Amino acid sequence: MTPTYYLLLSALLFSLGAVGVLVRRNAIVVFMCVELMLNAVNLTLVTFSRMHGELDGQVMGFFVMVVAAAEVVVGLTIIMSIFRTRRSASVDDSNLLKY
Amino acid sequence: MTESVAASGLASLAWLLLALPAFGAAVLLLAGKRADKWGHLLGCATIIAAFAYGVALFFTTLGQGPEERTSELHLFDWIPVGALNVEFGLRIDPLSLTFVLLITGVGSLIHIYSIGYMAHEDGRRKFFAYLNLFVSAMLLLVLGNGFVTLYFGWEGVGLASYLLIGWYQYKPEAATAAKKAFLMNRVGDLGLAIAIFIMFKELGTTQYTDVFARVDELSSGSILAITLLLLLGACGKSGQFPLQAWLPDAMAGPTPVSALIHAATMVTAGVYLIARSHPLYDLSPDGRLVVMIIGAVTLLIGCLIGMAYDDFKKVLAYSTVSQIGYMILAVGLGPVGYALGILHLLAHGFFKAGLFLGAGSVMHGMNDEGDIRRMGGLAKYMPITFATWGLGYLALIGIPPFSGFFSKDAIIAAAFGEPGWRGYVFGGVALLGAALTAFYMTRLLLLVFLGKARWKDLKTADGKDYHPHESPLSMTIPMIVLAVGSVGIGWFLESGDRLAGWLEPSLGPLEETHGVIDHTTVAILSVGLSLVGVAIAFLLFGRKPQPVERPLRVSFPVRAARADLYGNALNEALFARPGTWLSRALVFVDNKGVDGLVNGTAALLGGSSGRLRRLQTGFVRSYALSMLLGAICVLGALLMVRFS
Amino acid sequence: MSLLNLAQDFVVAAQPAAPVADTIGTGETIAFWILGPLSLAGALGMLFARNAVHSALWLVLTMLSLGVIYMVQQAPFLGFVQIIVYTGAIMMLFLFVLMLVGRDSSDSIVEVLRGQRLAAAVLGVGFAGLVVGSLAQAFTRVRSVGLASVNNSGGGNVANIGSELFTKYLFVFELTSALLITAAVGAMVLAYSDRHGKGEKKTQRELVEERFKGDRPGSLPGPGVFATANSVATPALLPDGSVAEESLSALIETTTKERLADDVAGVSGTGHQADAHALTGSASAKEGE
Repeated sequence: MTPTYYLLLSALLFSLGAVGVLVRRNAIVVFMCVELMLNAVNLTLVTFSRMHGELDGQVMGFFVMVVAAAEVVVGLTIIMSIFRTRRSASVDDSNLLKY
Repeated sequence: MTESVAASGLASLAWLLLALPAFGAAVLLLAGKRADKWGHLLGCATIIAAFAYGVALFFTTLGQGPEERTSELHLFDWIPVGALNVEFGLRIDPLSLTFVLLITGVGSLIHIYSIGYMAHEDGRRKFFAYLNLFVSAMLLLVLGNGFVTLYFGWEGVGLASYLLIGWYQYKPEAATAAKKAFLMNRVGDLGLAIAIFIMFKELGTTQYTDVFARVDELSSGSILAITLLLLLGACGKSGQFPLQAWLPDAMAGPTPVSALIHAATMVTAGVYLIARSHPLYDLSPDGRLVVMIIGAVTLLIGCLIGMAYDDFKKVLAYSTVSQIGYMILAVGLGPVGYALGILHLLAHGFFKAGLFLGAGSVMHGMNDEGDIRRMGGLAKYMPITFATWGLGYLALIGIPPFSGFFSKDAIIAAAFGEPGWRGYVFGGVALLGAALTAFYMTRLLLLVFLGKARWKDLKTADGKDYHPHESPLSMTIPMIVLAVGSVGIGWFLESGDRLAGWLEPSLGPLEETHGVIDHTTVAILSVGLSLVGVAIAFLLFGRKPQPVERPLRVSFPVRAARADLYGNALNEALFARPGTWLSRALVFVDNKGVDGLVNGTAALLGGSSGRLRRLQTGFVRSYALSMLLGAICVLGALLMVRFS
Repeated sequence: MSLLNLAQDFVVAAQPAAPVADTIGTGETIAFWILGPLSLAGALGMLFARNAVHSALWLVLTMLSLGVIYMVQQAPFLGFVQIIVYTGAIMMLFLFVLMLVGRDSSDSIVEVLRGQRLAAAVLGVGFAGLVVGSLAQAFTRVRSVGLASVNNSGGGNVANIGSELFTKYLFVFELTSALLITAAVGAMVLAYSDRHGKGEKKTQRELVEERFKGDRPGSLPGPGVFATANSVATPALLPDGSVAEESLSALIETTTKERLADDVAGVSGTGHQADAHALTGSASAKEGE
């Protein structure tokens, strides 16, 4: 077992998150899948930091977390205000770009 | 070919010959309606002035010795492009002077005639402008000192001919005839152009002096090609087989046009071309043979068709075709015949112009009626016309001592002088032609001027009675002058080989022929056969009155002759129909192919965009799907690059 | 702090003593082989759970296992931050919002877009295969250095991260703090709803004027006025005996008959005996039917 296995795990988690974004219809669940993707990337960063032997990867992962937090806050507020006006949290309802 | 010197003295003003008619044409065309009062007078004045100058030049040249008679006047460098150096200059030598006199002389007579003939037309000024244009172009044709200048004049006369044939623009047959003439001329012009190209390619020059001096450098193949192509050009312009169909149709133009252009001058341009290029023809017996064959065939065709037509001018037109066939036969004979061809050309110019003017006078007096079956017995009513026409008729059929006898006779004798079977064939054809010519001309005479006056029982096209009357002086005087020419010119030029001697610097010495039949016998035979033709015509047409309606149940030769010996039908089948099919096919290709391509592209774009827009579903998830797909593609590309 | 020390000891214990290069011991291997599939299971569960709250909980599982993986990988600080901040704060925030908003709207089974599921599955498998394959191939010969030397010198993992954060990545740090402030302000702005101030509140005078301009100057009868029973749901009767429409309760009227049967019986007089003071008449008896 090498640290490469962590990278493979992270790749799998990332693709699962991507598939989740495509498949789920509840906006919040879609958001959670995005969070999953971010976590997978975090895992990659930590593994690389270990492989390099420096702490830069971990610091980057820390920043990713900060940004993810901010993003979640704003995103959920948006979802909530949309829900208030439209009474629906489905992603499919915003289809005004249809031909 | 004697050497040429630079023109000096009176000859240095030779450009006046071109400039005067051109000036006349320009003024008359540009001045517009203001010039209607005096336009015809200016038109005649320019030509008469040109004639006067031509006569003066002629006598000056006559005064010089034979070696000095060829001079060239360089006007300007026309096309100095790389290896091609075409100069615009005039060659003043006996041959061109002869033609100058013919053109301006007969031309001025016809201009004067036109004053009276076109008196009731509004566009008379324009008519004179076109006539002047024609004369200017024709003079350039004969005076040019190179093949390209000749071609310039060639095209110019073609243009003037088109304008003048289609003078009655509102008549569809006139417009069609003008187009037909132009198109068939074009076919001939192609031959001339290619001949010039070959000349340039082989010799690098197109000036007469250079080409004829270096004729020996050409291979026999190129000489043959050039001679045949020049013949093609001559056929187009002179209405020889196979391009003869336009000449009868060109009679749709006014009679002065027929007289000037299609009798005396333009149609003789082909003969001029061959005569001028005689150094080339001297070296190519095969080319000459083809020329002779064409001449003989045309000769017979003209006679055969002319025997069956009932339109006055069309008969004369076929007569022209036939007589030019004689001229072409003559120049095809080689050094024995060049001068003879020119002799017949000059004589023919006089008497054919006279015949046409007479026909015009008759038609003018008979309310523009052209059908000879509706005439008859007009000799009493139009004596002067009858007299002049009669003299021209006698000259044409070759009765001595009129001019036609001398010229035609010489040709027949020279034809018999050919070695072997050719002598018999060509001489025999020429003799037969003489007989047939006499026949159809006599028929014309009988039906128009003699016999019962059939018109008394008929009405004109607009329902009035016929009142045939003599034409005014402006029309009769030119006819009289031409009649005098028809009478005397043949004997005058032939005796003592005067013309041949005069033309020697241009055409080379006239060789004597020693044929299977000697001259006297030929003369007796030709006159005798002509008289036989006259007699047969009298028998057929002179004894009983002729029906006004043409008989429909006739024998096959007559039917064939009435249908131009199926010349037009042949043209239509061989060229016109395939041409139409080709253009239809091209239109089809254009519509289906090209338009299909363009419209198909548009339809393709429209259709595909209609399908493609369904990709925009508006759902975020499908967009996310395409994004993932894109990401995979990018990843795949990167990996392929990385691991290749 | 003690918790952190505990974690550090755990991390140190998991490593071989005085390593020069990075080696993976059995402890780590076991940890990986347990936590890896666990996080995958959590991800799959999040994907396939029908209920949104269940999805969130599965994600919490994934995040927790990832946090432990971080600790196993010699990143104790990050591991704790993952558990405390990410799982503890962010996922809880998710759950709050789910409770407020998304609980009722659960995804239906039927997929609206044709072929979306199939395409997503194919693409997902393709993507995973591509990345996994390329990573596996790319890293065959790479030697991992390991963070042992870094973690054991200069104050440990946390101190080193701190020093990097405040020296090398200071500018980024300041930027992220600005980002956080912006996010907070933005959230406040977005969440603000003008619930009580839809226009100005009408004054007393304005309300009275409106009332008098309308068709009924008097105030509406309150619930139970002219009632013949004690129930608030009883409609008021007008002086002529008809039911006042304004006193009908929409909620009651839409309630099913069975549930109101008793009340109806009480009012109509078919059930219990009516009150002695009630007005009797055919009209009121008919109303209860």
